[in-house]
Amino acid sequence: MAEHGNGESGAVVTAGEGESGTYAIDSPGLPPHRPRLSDVDEKAAKRSERQVATLFIISIIGTIVFMVGYFAIGRTSEEFGEYFDHMQWLRIQNTLLGVGSAFAMLGIGLGVVHWAKTLMPDHEIVEPRKPLRAEAERAEAAQMMGEIVEETQIKRRPLLRNTLIAAALLAPLPAVVMFRDLDRAYGEEFSPERMRHTIWDEGVRLVRDPTGTPIRASDLTVGSAMHVIPENLREISSHGERLSEKAKAVVLLMRMNPEDFEHTSPGREDWTYQGIIACSKVCTHVGCPVALYERHTHHLLCPCHQSTFDAAQEFKVVFGPAGRPLPQLPITVDDEGFLVARSDFTEPVGPTYWERGNA
Amino acid sequence: MKALTQKRRHPFAFVALLLLGLLLTGGLYAAATTVNEAQASNLPEGYTSEQVEEGERLFVANCATCHGMNAEGTDAGPSLVGVGAASVDFQVGTGRMPMQMQGPQAQQKPPQFNEEQTAQLAAYVASLGTGPAVPEDEYLDVDQGDPSRGGELFRINCAMCHNAAGAGGALTEGKFAPSLHGVEERHIYEAMTTGPQNMPVFNDANIPPEDKRDIIAFLKTYENQGTPGGFSLGFLGPVSEGLLIWTLGLALLIGSMVWLTSRSS
Repeated sequence: MAEHGNGESGAVVTAGEGESGTYAIDSPGLPPHRPRLSDVDEKAAKRSERQVATLFIISIIGTIVFMVGYFAIGRTSEEFGEYFDHMQWLRIQNTLLGVGSAFAMLGIGLGVVHWAKTLMPDHEIVEPRKPLRAEAERAEAAQMMGEIVEETQIKRRPLLRNTLIAAALLAPLPAVVMFRDLDRAYGEEFSPERMRHTIWDEGVRLVRDPTGTPIRASDLTVGSAMHVIPENLREISSHGERLSEKAKAVVLLMRMNPEDFEHTSPGREDWTYQGIIACSKVCTHVGCPVALYERHTHHLLCPCHQSTFDAAQEFKVVFGPAGRPLPQLPITVDDEGFLVARSDFTEPVGPTYWERGNA
Repeated sequence: MKALTQKRRHPFAFVALLLLGLLLTGGLYAAATTVNEAQASNLPEGYTSEQVEEGERLFVANCATCHGMNAEGTDAGPSLVGVGAASVDFQVGTGRMPMQMQGPQAQQKPPQFNEEQTAQLAAYVASLGTGPAVPEDEYLDVDQGDPSRGGELFRINCAMCHNAAGAGGALTEGKFAPSLHGVEERHIYEAMTTGPQNMPVFNDANIPPEDKRDIIAFLKTYENQGTPGGFSLGFLGPVSEGLLIWTLGLALLIGSMVWLTSRSS
């Protein structure tokens, strides 16, 4: 049996030494080696061999099942024009692919482990641990560092040091400028400013998502909820930009009895129209779409973290982690009787924002 | 007055007088018939007066405790004036009404009234005031609907509460959006037009009847085609899938670790 490390490493406890004088407690040694059944019984070894081989064969079958699912089913399903039949075949194919690849991997893994545990040699080995602290090496490294500082003469020549620091500080600037311009692919505004605004503006019509048809006040009966986008969204030609703007500008429109409004702040008196009220659908917590509207309690629930907003109290947070109310969109009707926005949201939509002013 | 006297011998005076007379008699007649029609319109379209009478009897016996003798509403139940036949057909037809017990919301149960009685109750409530009617069969025929368009409308208007797969989901304080699997076409349509419980109303100005049909077609397609492989686990997404992997998956991992480190006999 190998001896554990000797007492010269410096990390060894010396107080209260054991009887041998080296360790606090004498090493109990290893338990006696116990031979396995397959070591002494050739029959048992043969059985283990068969078990491992069976596991490998299961893996082979798994691979074949995968291949059958991938090629044979893939071909035949094309011959079925009927949609539901196609779905049936797709279901069978996915099941074969999953089950096949699972057994292909699992068979090899289980087989190798079983092989190692029952047939490969199992004698115990003890590997002595290296000393944890090598003081001499530490001192050598410290000396090398000192020599490097000395040889560069950085202490003696502060001009070199200062210009190097200045150069290193300036070097990342090109990257900053380039990454900043990635965001300016469209629009002139730099990104933090863009987050302050949506494309809602005075006179922009509220239209239905996805049809884009304008909405009359009479289209909403009490208790109605409608999912709304700004009409000028369609004027944006770039698909990516349209999605970005839609993500910020989505609005939920509700109508309730005007006497159900429990609180209206000064300055917000004309933000609703005959009980029709509109709010941003982007949760102020982490930006999930809030659209679970309960028409009797007037509660709006965010499905991600259960933040609950009360539409009757200007979307005040009544439960959950959200930090501030949902921004309300001021609305009115235009000359033709369609609902329009009075202005953009008066505060940034979405999650907590670094400089917020409700003014 | 003087001007009128002067003009009474005007060649057109006779024509004007004739027109005036015709307008008067015509107008009176029109007014009289409207009054007649107004009286007749108490009988909702598609129902007979016997149904209304029978429905009133059923209503007084089964519903009036909470909704009031004339369906005017009490502290225990809302007024039913103007909720329409669709509302009754949905609430009674799915067994939600009469309510099994007080709770956050009325639960579905086997219907207490048969088709005929439900129609009678609907006729009575519809006679109290105009409201959404029971949908026409034309708008319930899913073969005419477009499931892919319906899917888009469903994801915009319905999926946030009812789950992207229509499996339902939780709301606040014990309320929930029920699963839409296995719900009759008629009841899905009526729920949209009437907004039962806390569900918002999706009237025909918001989602036209053809669009409602598309949504129903999407739901029925989804229901019939099943999953594209694997276990659906109730279509609840990360909730049930996460629960399974955290319990069964972790148990498997721990089991294999124990097996890996155990000595062979």
